[in-house]
Amino acid sequence: MTAPRAFLPWLIAVPVAIGSIGLLFQLLGGLVPSFFFAWGYYFEVLIAGLLQGVMYSLVALGFVLIFKASSIFNFAQGSMALFAALTMVGFMEMGVWWPFAFIISAGVMVLVAVVIERVVLRPLVNQDHIILFMATIGIFYILDGLGQMLWGSDVKVLDIGIPRDPMFALGAIFEGGILINQYDFVAALTGGVLVAVLAVFFQYTRTGRALRAVADDHQAALSVGIPLKTIWVIVWSVAGIVALVAGIIWGGKAGVQFSLALIALKALPVLILGGFTSIPGAIIGGLIIGAGEQVAEVFLGHFVGGAIQDWFAYMLALVFLVFRPQGLFGERIIERV
Amino acid sequence: MKLKTLGLAAAGAAVLFAATVLPATAQEKQFVPGLMYRSGPYAPNGVPFANGLADYFKMVNAKGGINGVQIEYEECDTAYNNDRGVECYERLKKPGAAAITPLSTGITYALIDRATADKIPVLSMGYGRTAGSDGTVFPYVFTLPATYWSGADVIVNHIAQNEGGYDKLKGKKIALVYHDSAYGKEPIGTLEALAAAHGFELSLFPVAHPGLEQKATWLQIGRQLRPDWVLMWGWGVMNSTAIKEAAAVAYPMDHFIGIWWSGSEQDVTPAGDQAKGYKSANFHGTGTDYPAIKDIIKLVQDAGNGTGPRDEVGTVLYNRGVMNGAIIVEAIRTAQDKYGKKALLGEQIRDGFEALNIDAARLEAMGLTGFMEPIKITCADHEGTGRAFIQQWDGKGWNKVSDWIEPNRAGLLRPMIVEAAAAYAAEKGIKARDCK
Repeated sequence: MTAPRAFLPWLIAVPVAIGSIGLLFQLLGGLVPSFFFAWGYYFEVLIAGLLQGVMYSLVALGFVLIFKASSIFNFAQGSMALFAALTMVGFMEMGVWWPFAFIISAGVMVLVAVVIERVVLRPLVNQDHIILFMATIGIFYILDGLGQMLWGSDVKVLDIGIPRDPMFALGAIFEGGILINQYDFVAALTGGVLVAVLAVFFQYTRTGRALRAVADDHQAALSVGIPLKTIWVIVWSVAGIVALVAGIIWGGKAGVQFSLALIALKALPVLILGGFTSIPGAIIGGLIIGAGEQVAEVFLGHFVGGAIQDWFAYMLALVFLVFRPQGLFGERIIERV
Repeated sequence: MKLKTLGLAAAGAAVLFAATVLPATAQEKQFVPGLMYRSGPYAPNGVPFANGLADYFKMVNAKGGINGVQIEYEECDTAYNNDRGVECYERLKKPGAAAITPLSTGITYALIDRATADKIPVLSMGYGRTAGSDGTVFPYVFTLPATYWSGADVIVNHIAQNEGGYDKLKGKKIALVYHDSAYGKEPIGTLEALAAAHGFELSLFPVAHPGLEQKATWLQIGRQLRPDWVLMWGWGVMNSTAIKEAAAVAYPMDHFIGIWWSGSEQDVTPAGDQAKGYKSANFHGTGTDYPAIKDIIKLVQDAGNGTGPRDEVGTVLYNRGVMNGAIIVEAIRTAQDKYGKKALLGEQIRDGFEALNIDAARLEAMGLTGFMEPIKITCADHEGTGRAFIQQWDGKGWNKVSDWIEPNRAGLLRPMIVEAAAAYAAEKGIKARDCK
């Protein structure tokens, strides 16, 4: 009963916020002749932004998983996505059918997790978080270089058959209908399913409970016999598989190339907004950032010269931070002196 | 003891040999620095260009060099980053540097003053600061064969031809999607001048680096503005993302035209069939059906000395690297006619650039007939032709779909260039050279 009750304010606040912003734009459209506003177009932008937001959530999720289990901000998450996608394309280019290539690549990511735990994390146990963070910067560059050394730095085409043609919905209500990108729709659906599976895994399985125990207190978890090293391998493996899915989806859009590693930057405002330790936070944060930046770029961008969506995402996150320093769903840390 | 004395004598002789003979040999090598990028987000586009440039120099060396002078080529990886570009330049600069290829408009902007002070020619071939075409103010900057302003004029000319004449442009909507950087902003002034002259409505859509995110841009273009034509000044992942997003809003590809940096295989291949019909400008041939390119295959690739993979030869960016190399070699050759067949200084090769006259006969001797247009550079005009053509992607390769298009240099662009160069000279306190 608690969960539905917690979501009740959202169920009311979200439509009210969307409607209010729309009304504000409609008003602005009446006052400024060059300002274009139509409700159908507004919803179209909003839906595109929400679909994009799910993809941001997917990247943010990789960060959250590792941060929850080890309090490490994994700088290498972007290069993990690139490495995973490069590996998958590499196998596909060898003629391996994509589901098998996916399974092999997932296996490679588990192997990467084991190596990271053995070579990087284990020797650094009990070191400051900043040391571990710096180690992940090293992992970023190693994975980035290794991936390109193994598979080359050409742009690689990753096509697993997701439809790409535009589709139109609600043609009866809005003139011309609302355009929805099929690729984004399928990608968002995939991301949503993955998030749901992970939520169930961490909430209802023994490993999930152990992970949450490790996240709360390493020492206490160790004292009750939870194997910290195994948990780390599992978490890095899951983060690696999430990176693989993110890499496939983003790589399918623009080709698999170095720029994929930069998608990690898109996750930062999502994490600031949603909190570093919350899976629901990563999802809701992604949706707010995705929708917010698209709406801002389309309706407000031309007032300030355009190309605002990148910094607007951070600004939006910072505004939330003023009111909730721990993020929307982050844990409130109270240290008693 | 005797053995030790002999050993010492041998070592001494070796040092003496190294000090006398080796520098003499080194003098027969003409140093050429290259600021390339084989890492970073733009590497997929930077690598084939760098390979084409390096392979051309290898081919020239394999054929005996430039009048017997071998090319000593050294690269530095800038990762398309301005500060690293300056760092690379400082590392590679020396009086004997023939010409620097920055391969980035931002880096070119950063190097103009430095290279001028160091007397090293900057070859920004089809990019960089357009005002640099005015040799009276920019004696060490060369923009041949075409600038972004010429590119913009050529593309609008092509649109006018498709619409049935310049008078049909009145009331049309043209959008420019551009990389939000010095590069992407370069054609805006020209397009605004053309919009004012021909009555079309110009809308600007900047895209932030690296350009992975363009959904909002293309929703505005495809669902709100619905322009008659879209132009693109993009680079790297921005190009392929734009093509995919354009397809996602069902924008007609044959009305979407990129500048020459938005028209390579790397840009269209990730979009698959969706890229069919997409157009771009270009100023050189593609494929391997040119004697110079065949020589590269025979003397460099088949000899196992290729910088990159064999199947890259003939692609758009590889061939652009070849053209860049060919122009530098011709400038050196021209300078040698004046200063002697030996390794020369940068300022001497600058004179070679200014006396450059690549006519039909010279193109044939270079093995590049039909690959590029003849170019003649003068002291005042560092651009040369400005001519380009339009190519179209058919899903497998690029096809030339227009003749060479002459930009309106005399009537529109040249006065704008002179004006922009004069403003630059006034700002920097530069006294313009007299080229008469």
